Amino acid sequence: MLITCPYCGPRDVVEFTYQGDGNRTRPDPASTDLNAWNAYVYDRVNIAGDQNEIWQHSGGCRTHLAVTRNTLTHKISSVRSTHAEPPAPPKPARKKPRAKA
Amino acid sequence: MSAIRIASGGRIDRSRAINFRFDGQAYTGHPGDTLASALLANGVTLFGRSFKYHRPRGLLTAGVDEPNALVTVLRDSVREPNVPATTVELYEGLVAESQNRFPSLQFDVSAVNQFAGKFIGAGFYYKTFMGPEFGPLKGTRFWMLCEHFIRRAAGLGRAGLAPDKSRYQRMNAFCDVLVVGSGPAGLSAAAAAADQGANVMLAEIDSRFGGSANWSGETIDGTPASAWASEAVAQLAKRSNVRMLNRTSVWGYYDTNTIAALERVTDHKPMGASGEPRHRHWNIRAGSVVLATGAFERPIVFPGNDRPGVMLASGAMRYANEFGVRTGERIAIFTNNDTAYGAALALKRTGASIVAIVDVRRDASEKARHAASECSAELLTGYAVTATRGGKMLDGIEVQPFDGQRVSGAARKIDADCLLVSGGWSPAIHLASQAGSRPVWDETLQAFLPPQPTENWVGAGAFNGAFQTADAIAEGHAAGLAATGGTNARKLTPPMVEGFAGEPNPAPVFEIKGKGKGKAFVDFQHDVTADDVRLAYTEGFTSAEHLKRYTTLGMATDQGKTSNVPGMAIMAEATGKPIPEVGSTRFRPPFAPVSVGSLAAERFGDLKPERLTPMHDWHLEHGATMYSAGLWFRPMIYGAKGETVEQAYVREAKVVREGVGIVDVSTLGKIAVQGPDAGEFLDRVYTNMFSTLPVGKARYGLMLREDGFAFDDGTTWRLGETEFLMTTTTANAGKVMQQLEYFLDVVWPDLRVHVTSVTDQWAGAAIAGPLSRKVLEACVQGTKVDNDALPFMGIVHGTIDGVNVMICRLSFSGELAYEVYCGANEGTRVWEALMAAGKPFAIVPYGLEALGTLRIEKGHVTGAEIDGRTTARDLHLDWMLSKKKPFIGSAMMDREGLVDENRLQLVGIVPLDNRPINGGAHIVEQLHEDHPMNSIGHVTAMCYSPALGKYIALALVKGGKARRGTRAYVSDPLRKRFGPVEIVSHHFFDPDGSRMHG
Amino acid sequence: MAEYSALSIIRNALSGNTNWKPAWRKPDPKPSYDVIIIGGGGHGLSTAYYLAKEHGIRNVAVLERGYLGSGNVGRNTTAVRSNYLLPQNIRFYEHSMKMWERLSHDLNYNVMFSQRGVLNLAHTPAQLDDYTRRGNAMRHLDADAELMDVAAIKRLMPIVDDSKTARFPIYGGLMQWRAGTARHDAVAWGYARGADRRGVDILENCEVTGFIRDGDRIAGVTTSRGEIRAKKVAVAVAGSTGHVMRMAGIDRMPIESHVLQAFVSESLKPILDTVVTFGMGHFYVSQSDKGGLVYGGDIDGYNSYAQRGNLPIVEDVMSEMAALFPSLTTVRVLRSWGGVCDMSMDGSPIITTGPLPGMYLNCGWCYGGFKATPASGWCFAHTIAKDAPHELNAPFTLDRFHRGTVIDDKGQGATPRLH
Repeated sequence: MLITCPYCGPRDVVEFTYQGDGNRTRPDPASTDLNAWNAYVYDRVNIAGDQNEIWQHSGGCRTHLAVTRNTLTHKISSVRSTHAEPPAPPKPARKKPRAKA
Repeated sequence: MSAIRIASGGRIDRSRAINFRFDGQAYTGHPGDTLASALLANGVTLFGRSFKYHRPRGLLTAGVDEPNALVTVLRDSVREPNVPATTVELYEGLVAESQNRFPSLQFDVSAVNQFAGKFIGAGFYYKTFMGPEFGPLKGTRFWMLCEHFIRRAAGLGRAGLAPDKSRYQRMNAFCDVLVVGSGPAGLSAAAAAADQGANVMLAEIDSRFGGSANWSGETIDGTPASAWASEAVAQLAKRSNVRMLNRTSVWGYYDTNTIAALERVTDHKPMGASGEPRHRHWNIRAGSVVLATGAFERPIVFPGNDRPGVMLASGAMRYANEFGVRTGERIAIFTNNDTAYGAALALKRTGASIVAIVDVRRDASEKARHAASECSAELLTGYAVTATRGGKMLDGIEVQPFDGQRVSGAARKIDADCLLVSGGWSPAIHLASQAGSRPVWDETLQAFLPPQPTENWVGAGAFNGAFQTADAIAEGHAAGLAATGGTNARKLTPPMVEGFAGEPNPAPVFEIKGKGKGKAFVDFQHDVTADDVRLAYTEGFTSAEHLKRYTTLGMATDQGKTSNVPGMAIMAEATGKPIPEVGSTRFRPPFAPVSVGSLAAERFGDLKPERLTPMHDWHLEHGATMYSAGLWFRPMIYGAKGETVEQAYVREAKVVREGVGIVDVSTLGKIAVQGPDAGEFLDRVYTNMFSTLPVGKARYGLMLREDGFAFDDGTTWRLGETEFLMTTTTANAGKVMQQLEYFLDVVWPDLRVHVTSVTDQWAGAAIAGPLSRKVLEACVQGTKVDNDALPFMGIVHGTIDGVNVMICRLSFSGELAYEVYCGANEGTRVWEALMAAGKPFAIVPYGLEALGTLRIEKGHVTGAEIDGRTTARDLHLDWMLSKKKPFIGSAMMDREGLVDENRLQLVGIVPLDNRPINGGAHIVEQLHEDHPMNSIGHVTAMCYSPALGKYIALALVKGGKARRGTRAYVSDPLRKRFGPVEIVSHHFFDPDGSRMHG
Repeated sequence: MAEYSALSIIRNALSGNTNWKPAWRKPDPKPSYDVIIIGGGGHGLSTAYYLAKEHGIRNVAVLERGYLGSGNVGRNTTAVRSNYLLPQNIRFYEHSMKMWERLSHDLNYNVMFSQRGVLNLAHTPAQLDDYTRRGNAMRHLDADAELMDVAAIKRLMPIVDDSKTARFPIYGGLMQWRAGTARHDAVAWGYARGADRRGVDILENCEVTGFIRDGDRIAGVTTSRGEIRAKKVAVAVAGSTGHVMRMAGIDRMPIESHVLQAFVSESLKPILDTVVTFGMGHFYVSQSDKGGLVYGGDIDGYNSYAQRGNLPIVEDVMSEMAALFPSLTTVRVLRSWGGVCDMSMDGSPIITTGPLPGMYLNCGWCYGGFKATPASGWCFAHTIAKDAPHELNAPFTLDRFHRGTVIDDKGQGATPRLH
């Protein structure tokens, strides 16, 4: 599985760490609504289909990414940084013919 | 069967001889031979014994689909079991042996199993061996007794005990187009894609590129197909944008066109070149993939179809055309399609006589009839083979009239020493199945065609059902273009292909039910017969997966390459359903078996990196016994000669309490937290306040997880208004870093904070003990270190031996103590300067054991207590839970499960018999040595305390706080340690902390 | 239906093996049942079996989307053990172990439970202390456990690398001798046959498409084979729990579905007698009766409902195998596959009434569902029959997460991929 990091380009899944369900919203830090906290910490959408997820490019730029990925096919339909506008994707650097082995 | 080497033809080099041994006997072969072809040329017919019935078996195929001829290849004392002889290239000195036979391949005592065949058919294990319900063999004992013998009888090759010294290598590769298979379709696809300027990789499982061109006997545009292929390969090899890998099996199709392949680099050589890996494991990220993997011929199931001498028509054709081996003198053919007639012609050209062509179809095509007469074979259409004769070698067959369903009439005997069978062809859709939906049944081909892709691949050639070479070349060209999205394509001139090329469309005949006694095998290696398939039907195991699991059909080392379709066809007939409704098993990686070593690659022998502190060599030079802590190595003790571990750590700890010691703390996690909002961030992360911490001071901090449980602790130092240095425990450094990054990136992106892991940038030494200040005074320049300049939790900057250092006065040992940090490159220099300065004060280095002793005396917690299940309150750290601000975990930490009075809480333990009690011992209220029960907790850490002169321990005990001052028992049945203890406060030594403040 | 025995094999063989009966019937669905169990895997089938056997509730249907046993009961690495740390888990899994010891007789079906031992290797003194804590916890709850030193480990497993120069030398191990392996498919088939013989309808190719409600109450299901009503609807679909519960209107659960890969090598003559786990990473292996090494490691680590994984875990698992057994690098991997695991928030399962009226839930088995099969079905049957949990599964509630009474054997908190 490849994930296209907006900063680093397409990279193998081995470089990334899954950080869970991206549909969760952390309650306001001062909130005392235990139900909301419990839902945030313990409950997951866990959908069979397109799912919003958080991944960290832990073996690369360490940015957290908001990824939409299909849990049935593992196909990724969108990747963006969780908080910043992504830069223009890097140009693929492998147009020039590679010397053979 | 009396196979011989013919005088000319094939890819072998008859001018050179290669010596090799099989089962102890010496043979010769030629370069270009496989072990199978060379043995066959030497007249060997018996190659192996089957899994269950130990039946004698010969070669069925010439390739990776071989189910019978498995051998063990030996290199010195290293064994490689279960390799098909058809895939072993001959090299000088090759030593191989047959498997699963005792005492010899010729005479195997376990062959007696076959006479019990009726009783040990599919699933018989499930129905018996349960044994008595009472008595000495009750429960599982009877089964385990039987199992002992079953296990010894089962199994194929024997693995060795000698460690494999080979090197394995992992490669990453990227290409625009990966072409899998180098037959005419693959070569054509690679050329077309390369023409478009794409980076192309071409992988061929065999040693020689060309696939079927090597043995089809056709001509392409007037040149022999093998020469055409050689020329195409030579053209590709000239191009800088094509990378060609032979001996490379593409075995796995993973997500996003990530392809796994195994390259066998030195298996065909007597010895690899220096540094050359045995295997390469390729991770190929391909823009698109062209699957040109061809097809596998499949046998017809009939009684006695496993006798050595019965082989697939395509196999014999390969031996003849590619290896120059004639597989028999008097050859019979048994087929349900036209392709086998090509094999008849090929064998005829080797000088064999084709005694009969038995075709189940009532009418043969014009082309087939012509071929039959060309090889002067008697053509028996509307006939089927119903029995084979001979012992361990075929000497004849019996045929009977066949109407497409049933045989009838009298059996006629035909003498033959080799029977070539063709039951149609199954496209090699394995990779496509891994990266596609369900395969599609094709009535004309009586085969499963590739599924709809779920990844970016295109197919070509026989893989797609295009069996004619000209079609395959055209499809390959189109696929190569499609894979590149190319538009400015050179128009392909369709090649002129000449030769006999029969249509593979078979009559839908998979099994001949003869009246003969012989077993009719579907899965040769696992000895699954047609009757086993019907038994599975009778017992309701009718879906493809149940069939497979109940009978083990298709689960042998060949993974059903020749047996899956016939097996399903027999089930389909039994159920009265069409084949596709029986189902199709999903193919899983690997396509062909892959060595464990190649997948371990560089990690074989070096599983994980070693993390060493800057002072590592110094520790070794000074007698340290190193301890593996996660990936790190840390000194455990610096033992003097003749000292036990306990004597060493007690001595070291005592020096710290009385004089001064030094310990390497470089492994602590260190994270730079920088930015205008750093203080605010730390307030949210830690349970206590950090924004109020003055510059130049440090503070002990505790973190919780979101769920309110304790997570990690450490000190964090304020180096500037907007700059902190956080330290974490060694074990949790990575996790803490990840938690901080997660919150900054995902939860609080508005905070202007940056975190950087600086663990490896700093070397750290803690010097501890009443004399520690004197040591610093003796070596630190540029700052004072007295109580005013450097109070408890103060930080100063200075130099030691000219190296910039940062010194914080903090204490884990409970003594007056300092942590001295410097750049990692200078770690040993500063350490040595501290040692030199400490010499007059008799400084000693101390290790983890002494460090642990000192902290246990103080009741400080580590990972043994912050174990992911304890709360701050359990550990008596509730004083650190700020009420003035929310922090991570604050909302969740008061839930009922976390505040229960009866939770495990930290206590001190004193064994009243003053003997050690080790970590992992349990605590009980009442001792039952023979039948331990009612544990109330467990010991987390133990030491002999030099300060207190006795053994002490920390423990987590239910409702521990309320039990202080009470009596209990240690119960450690695993180490047989029982005895009375007193539960006390975890603060054993200097509870008010006067020593470290002094 | 006839009992299976050596005698029945001989009798049938002599009559050409044509008189065997199907192991279970293939009935059409009835319009209603007392209990519907969704999920024809090990747990669903054992639940049906114990409902009929222990509670006399025989008007039961087991609904399976595909073929019986197509989920994790046929995809696991077959280890059976009770070597847990926390008392709630030890009690439950030890009860299961005791049921395993009688299971072949109970079912009249040889599930080939072989008590060949499960050995956890420790690589540092601290790790051995940790394992000792666990072993002692087991001993205090009537499970067996003992420590083994390196020499004894080497005698037991001559292929293991016991060198001091190994990257992670072996320091000792925790052995549970009563643990072992069983033939996974046989467990599904044996329970199916046993349940069928007691009148349970096993409905294969019967996919649940929705729930029927009677007011608040769950009153049945709609399926690919029509509507089926029931007084009680039990869900035992580990791997697909999120998907099925969503149909009942519950769109968030304390569960993530993860893919776990498993591997089998080519068949070898006996070389490994016990189940063994490597302590520096995650690797477990045993040798099957057929001779294949059956092994696995970590989950892939991301949510997935696909029964397929990716290469990084494949490489991790193989490198750990190579580290432990440096002579087995020439052995070849024959087949790999993936199963979908319900990873819960504390690594422990859920067996409970609810969460909706008329509904009963069994899920969250993480890696460990196979060995739980007997006790899970037994406890779930009790819970369904009595409308209250048995004391063995009383801790395994759904609300324990919110209440904070988690059962966190690994101490990893609410990060399912780490359990």
